[in-house]
Amino acid sequence: MVELRSASSPAVDLTSVYRAEYGRCVATVARLLGDIGLAEEAVQDAFAVATERWGEEVPPDNPGAWIVTTARRRAIDRLRRESTREARHTQALLLHGPDEDEEVGPVRDDQLRLIFTCCHPALSPLAQTALTLRLLGGLEVPEIARAYVVPEATISQRIVRAKKKIRDAGIPYRVPGEAELPARLPPVLTVLYLVFNEGYTATAGPLLRTDLSAEAVRLARALADLMPDEPEVLGLLALLLLTEARRPARVGPSGELVTLAEQDRTLWDRALIAEGHELVRRCLRRDRPGPYQIQAAIGAVHTDGPATDWPQVLALYDQLLALVPTPIVALNRAVALAEVQGPAVALAAVEELDIPGYHLLPATRADLLARLGRVDEARAAYDEALALAGNDTERAFLQDRRARLAP
Amino acid sequence: MHYLMSVELDQSGPGPTDEERERNLARVGAVNDRMKSAGIWVFAGGLLPYDSATVVRVENGSTTMTDGPFAETKEQLAGFWVIEVDDLDAALAWAERCAEACEAPIEVRPFDGLA
Repeated sequence: MVELRSASSPAVDLTSVYRAEYGRCVATVARLLGDIGLAEEAVQDAFAVATERWGEEVPPDNPGAWIVTTARRRAIDRLRRESTREARHTQALLLHGPDEDEEVGPVRDDQLRLIFTCCHPALSPLAQTALTLRLLGGLEVPEIARAYVVPEATISQRIVRAKKKIRDAGIPYRVPGEAELPARLPPVLTVLYLVFNEGYTATAGPLLRTDLSAEAVRLARALADLMPDEPEVLGLLALLLLTEARRPARVGPSGELVTLAEQDRTLWDRALIAEGHELVRRCLRRDRPGPYQIQAAIGAVHTDGPATDWPQVLALYDQLLALVPTPIVALNRAVALAEVQGPAVALAAVEELDIPGYHLLPATRADLLARLGRVDEARAAYDEALALAGNDTERAFLQDRRARLAP
Repeated sequence: MHYLMSVELDQSGPGPTDEERERNLARVGAVNDRMKSAGIWVFAGGLLPYDSATVVRVENGSTTMTDGPFAETKEQLAGFWVIEVDDLDAALAWAERCAEACEAPIEVRPFDGLA
C-alpha cells in the first residue's frame, strides 16, 4: 500500500495502520452495528476513503478512531440507501446506540467479543481459523488460502457461510460469562496456537511464515491483556513467545533447519525469553496447570541456561501426557526420553505409536535407529518421513540426515 | 429468537424397556418444567415410532399416500422442543440439558419465521 506523507506529521504507513487497527475497528464497528458482515464492509469502505484522503490531507492523530467514525457514518449511509426493513431496524439500533450497561461478561472489550464469536464452537474449526485471521488479523482470503494450502474459493465460502451462520443462528457477539469459559476458551486458544504453528512450520512451501506467527502473538498478547487471570491464556502466550524467541536460530545461513542441540543460542531473542519466563513464573504461582502452561514450562527449560535440562523436560512431558494423552505428545515425550534413558528405550516407546500421515513419527524413529547404528532401518524410516513431509526446509533436513548415514 | 431442538434417535434396534421409558419421561418432564418456569417454553412433543408415519404426495393433481417415513434413514425424528431465547448460546445451554435427559443428540436450528 502507499506510504503517505504530510508536512506536519511523519510518514503514515497505511499498511501498518491497517494491520494494527483493522481487527480492532471491525470489532468496535460490529458492536455498534450488531452485524459482523456489515461492520467488515463499512471498515473496508473507511480504509478506502483513508487511502484517498490521507495522501492530500494531514492524517488524523488517532487513525483507528477516525476509521471507526468514518465506518459508522458509511454504514448509516449504506443502510439509508438500501432501506430494507431489516436495514431500518439496524439503523434504528445504530442511532440509538448500543446499551452500554448490558452485561457482557467479566471483561468488556470489542476485540475479545469478536474473537469469541469467531471461535464459537458452533462453527467448524477451519471456519474459526479463517474468520479469526480475516476479521481480527485483516489477512486477505488469498493469504489465508496460501497459509492453509486450500483453494481460495474454499476459504471464501467458509468465511461467507460462517458469517451467515453467526447472523442466522443468532451466535451472540459477547464475551462468555465465567461459567461458560471452560467450554469456550479452548477453541480460542487452539485457533491462536494453530495460526502460530502454521507460521512457524508451514505445511507446504518454505518453512517460516513470520506474518502468521506475529499475528498469533499479537492476538495472544491482546487476550492475555484482557484475561490476565486465566492461566492457560498466559501459558499460551508464554509458549508462543518462548518458541518465537528461538526463530532466529532455527534456520541456518542457507535456509537449512538447525536442530535445538545445534542452534546458536546467542541468536535467541533474550527479551522474548525474559517475558516468557516471567509469564511461566506467574502461571506456577497460580498453580492451576494446563496443557499450554506445561508446554510453556518445557519451552522455559529449553531456554534456561547454556543447555537443556532433559530430566526436567521429561518430567514435564509426563505431566503433559497425563493431561493430554495423545500420540503426538507421546512422540515428543519420546524425544526427551531418548536424551535421558537412551535411544533404545525411546525407540520402544515410539514403536507403539501410530499417527497416520505425520512425518515426524518416522523422522523420529529414523533418528533413534541411526543413533543405535541400525542404518538400513534408519534409511527406510527417513524415506517414509520424506514421503510425508510437505515443507521444503524439513524435506531438505531429512534428506541431509539420510545422506549422513554410514553406507 | 425461536429455535427448534429436535431429537434424532436410532429406532432400528429394539426400543427402550418400560423402565427406561419411564425414567426418560420423568427426566424430559423435569426439563419441560424448568423451561416453563424460565419462560422460554413454546411447544414440545414426543412422536410415536416412525412405523406410524404416512407420507402424502400431490403430483400433477393426483394424490398418493405411502406407508412409512419420508426418509428411510436409521436416525429418525423422535421428538422436539420449540423455545424462545435471546441467542444461540442460550439455546445450546438448553440443548445440553435436553440431550442429557433424552440420552440422544439434539439438533438446534433457528426458525426463519413463525406463522
